[in-house]
Amino acid sequence: MTQGLVVKDLSISHGAVSAIHNLSFEIAPGELVALIGSNGAGKTTLLRALSGLIAPQSGTATWHGTSIVKSKPEDLVRAGIVHVSEGKSVIPELTVRENLAIGGLWRRDKEDVLRATNESLKLFPVLNERLSQRADSLSGGERQMLAIARALISRPELLLLDEPSLGLAPLIVEQIFESLNTLRTDVGMTILLVEQNAMGALKIADRGLILNLGTLVGSGAATDLLHDPQLRSAYLGF
Amino acid sequence: MIFNTLLIGASSGAIYSLMALALVLVWRSTRVVNFAQAGQAALSTYIGYEIMGRTHNYWLSVPVAICFGALLAAGVDVLLMRVLARRAQQGPIAEIAPVITTLGLLGLIHSLIGLIWGNAFVQYTSPLSGKGFTIGAQVIPFSPQNLLIVLAAIGVMATFAAIFTFTDLGLSLRAASFQPEIARLAGIRVDRVRTIGWAFAGATGAVAGVVITPTAYLSPNSLDLLLVSGFVAAVIGGLESLIGAVVGGLVLGIGFAFILQYIGSSVTFLAGFIILMVVQLVRPHGFFGHKTSRHA
Amino acid sequence: MLKARLTPLKRALLLAAFGVLLLFVSNHVDELRSYQGAQAAIYVIAISSIIVLTGFSGQISLGHGAVMAIGGYASALAFTLWNFPWEFALIFGTVVGTIFGCVLGIASARLQGPYLAGTTLALAVGLPSLANQFKVLGGEQGIEFDIGDAPAWLRQVVGGDFTQYKWFFWLTTCVVIVVFWTITNLLQSNVGRTWRAARNHPVAAGLAGINVSRTKILAFTVSSSLASLAGGLFAVILGLVTPAAFPLSLSFLLVTGAVIAGVGNLAGSILGSLVLVSIPELSGTLATHLGNSQKVTANLPGLVASLLLIIVVIFAPNGLRPTAAWKAFRQFNDSTI
Repeated sequence: MTQGLVVKDLSISHGAVSAIHNLSFEIAPGELVALIGSNGAGKTTLLRALSGLIAPQSGTATWHGTSIVKSKPEDLVRAGIVHVSEGKSVIPELTVRENLAIGGLWRRDKEDVLRATNESLKLFPVLNERLSQRADSLSGGERQMLAIARALISRPELLLLDEPSLGLAPLIVEQIFESLNTLRTDVGMTILLVEQNAMGALKIADRGLILNLGTLVGSGAATDLLHDPQLRSAYLGF
Repeated sequence: MIFNTLLIGASSGAIYSLMALALVLVWRSTRVVNFAQAGQAALSTYIGYEIMGRTHNYWLSVPVAICFGALLAAGVDVLLMRVLARRAQQGPIAEIAPVITTLGLLGLIHSLIGLIWGNAFVQYTSPLSGKGFTIGAQVIPFSPQNLLIVLAAIGVMATFAAIFTFTDLGLSLRAASFQPEIARLAGIRVDRVRTIGWAFAGATGAVAGVVITPTAYLSPNSLDLLLVSGFVAAVIGGLESLIGAVVGGLVLGIGFAFILQYIGSSVTFLAGFIILMVVQLVRPHGFFGHKTSRHA
Repeated sequence: MLKARLTPLKRALLLAAFGVLLLFVSNHVDELRSYQGAQAAIYVIAISSIIVLTGFSGQISLGHGAVMAIGGYASALAFTLWNFPWEFALIFGTVVGTIFGCVLGIASARLQGPYLAGTTLALAVGLPSLANQFKVLGGEQGIEFDIGDAPAWLRQVVGGDFTQYKWFFWLTTCVVIVVFWTITNLLQSNVGRTWRAARNHPVAAGLAGINVSRTKILAFTVSSSLASLAGGLFAVILGLVTPAAFPLSLSFLLVTGAVIAGVGNLAGSILGSLVLVSIPELSGTLATHLGNSQKVTANLPGLVASLLLIIVVIFAPNGLRPTAAWKAFRQFNDSTI
């Protein structure tokens, strides 16, 4: 497949410790794939390699046929790959409005930036009320929404999300997952959703990948994974 | 009497503010205190002095010096600091390697200036008078050159305030200095933006050099003491805050002026040192700093 | 793998023997080399002071030139004004410097990185000007410190023409030997282990009951002792102290020497000091090729030293690579921090 995300034999280590080992998978354009795994499975490491923050030791990753490993994050954003990192993805010292604005700074089409900003605000209306507030005064859920809202202003083709539900109340989590689903159906965005919240993620996903200690231990259609009792108990914990 | 002292303090305070601004600008974007600032400013001032010597046009030499200061600083960032950042540093001096590098650069520039222009004191004359204005029958200790100093400082601060608050570049600078990784993930070219921050700092230092030097003399080391004062001012304000740098400079300038007036001249160093120690013991984040960790 | 370690006593005997040998060697060295040797010995002590501070406790000081000045001025004052014998004058200078270092260390214990650097820089820039403020310090002319020739009995033992410079060379080198012995023992003792722990893992060390702040202050104090001792000896070989003898560039030079030495190893201070002493020589030769103008001779040494510092910090932050013979010497000294 030359379209979409193709990862082949990717290996990443932190010093002497191997975090990802010979990982291979593919994501077709427009798919929402859930990457499930417990702590230490290597999910964050994988995303950081895909977005250019770290370089893999070996293996390839391509997006629409072009290699993306060993690129700078800033360049990958311009290629349509946006990573919303775990926990800390807003700049606390800046206001909500400024945090949103950062997503569009690199773009030339300022009219579309305005349009995208309004779309983001429609997706997460609570941000409208907080535009002039500093981001560190927002609740955890609002910050996560702000992070995603900002990512969308870059008009990503591939959205990498690292545990957006972490530490958030179930109601907020539902809201966020619903928004992601809307993005997938309305806009046709390709999304790689890394989650510990397996059930919530698989409910909105097309497919699921299960990562354990740096290797892929399972994959399949999301509905199959949800309903296969063996897989569920072995890897998903329910 | 007090009014006169305030005037003197305002003028010297303006210079300290400029130096402090230059230090804070670089600190915020790279977490490095650029001790070479004194050398960069001096070198830029010498370039202005050169132009002045050839064209006898002060108002031409100033912008040339400023541009040179900006380019020099940008060059330092690209050729030196980026290389330093790329090398994986381990061992006992890993944390302070950048500081030592800027120190080496300071010495390098001192020597370079000496090689080209010599170490003797020279005079960088400005068309503005160094004699105080006359108000009625009184001559106040505030000359046209002092007025230029204060106006220059205000101009620089206003320019930066405008850039940081109203422009996209300013937003990029702030984002990159607060959270460089998040800024990168949002598509901001952090390295490029950082270099621009250095260029701003270099220009600021050059401004300080060309306006203060006509009131005294120029030599390779003449701005070193200013660097220390600028550092003290920056610490008073807290290295994080641009406003703090400005206020810190004013406070220090006025404080020194009063000490000069009522105590004596050679105690000023001691006073500065004591102020530095007291501020760091009482308010380590400075009076305008946020409670972020001071561990660089 | 346990290495057979020399006990302090064995090491002392070996070093004493070396000292006696050195006495006779020094008689056969020419005047210029004698003076340079004395300079080098003083640099060794001064650079060691930085190594102890930075390698030990990770603190940086850009103002150790000022500490040297304090040692030098205190010794000169004791000798010239209060008529101490020169040995006691030197000790007095060291004591004053130690006390100063202790106070400075207490004040600086909570400062980190650039804050400490800037504060010590302020010291280096401003302290020499105090000489102009207080008349007893002699202003720009400074204070004399002439300890005269070697004692008569020594000159009889050595024979020949044991000039003042040779005497300085031997004296300073002996002090270096004693200093090395003392510090090495310190490093290998419980104190040294505590310091290493506090430096490498301050949080864990704190939890284990080590008072990290006190460790830092102690390091600053010991470091200042060494620096002020070096300053006193510097005054001896110069014959006087002036503000001009302790400029800002001296503090920079010390840091340069320490970085070249590699702040992790005391023995590296020898390498560092040899490099520092040879820079003026090197620059002198270079200068003759570039036309011996005043500008060149005055500034080339500084240029070379600064370039060296930048290159070493970026490309060899742990000091220049040792050769095999160097490694052997380091093992003998066994003073890795």
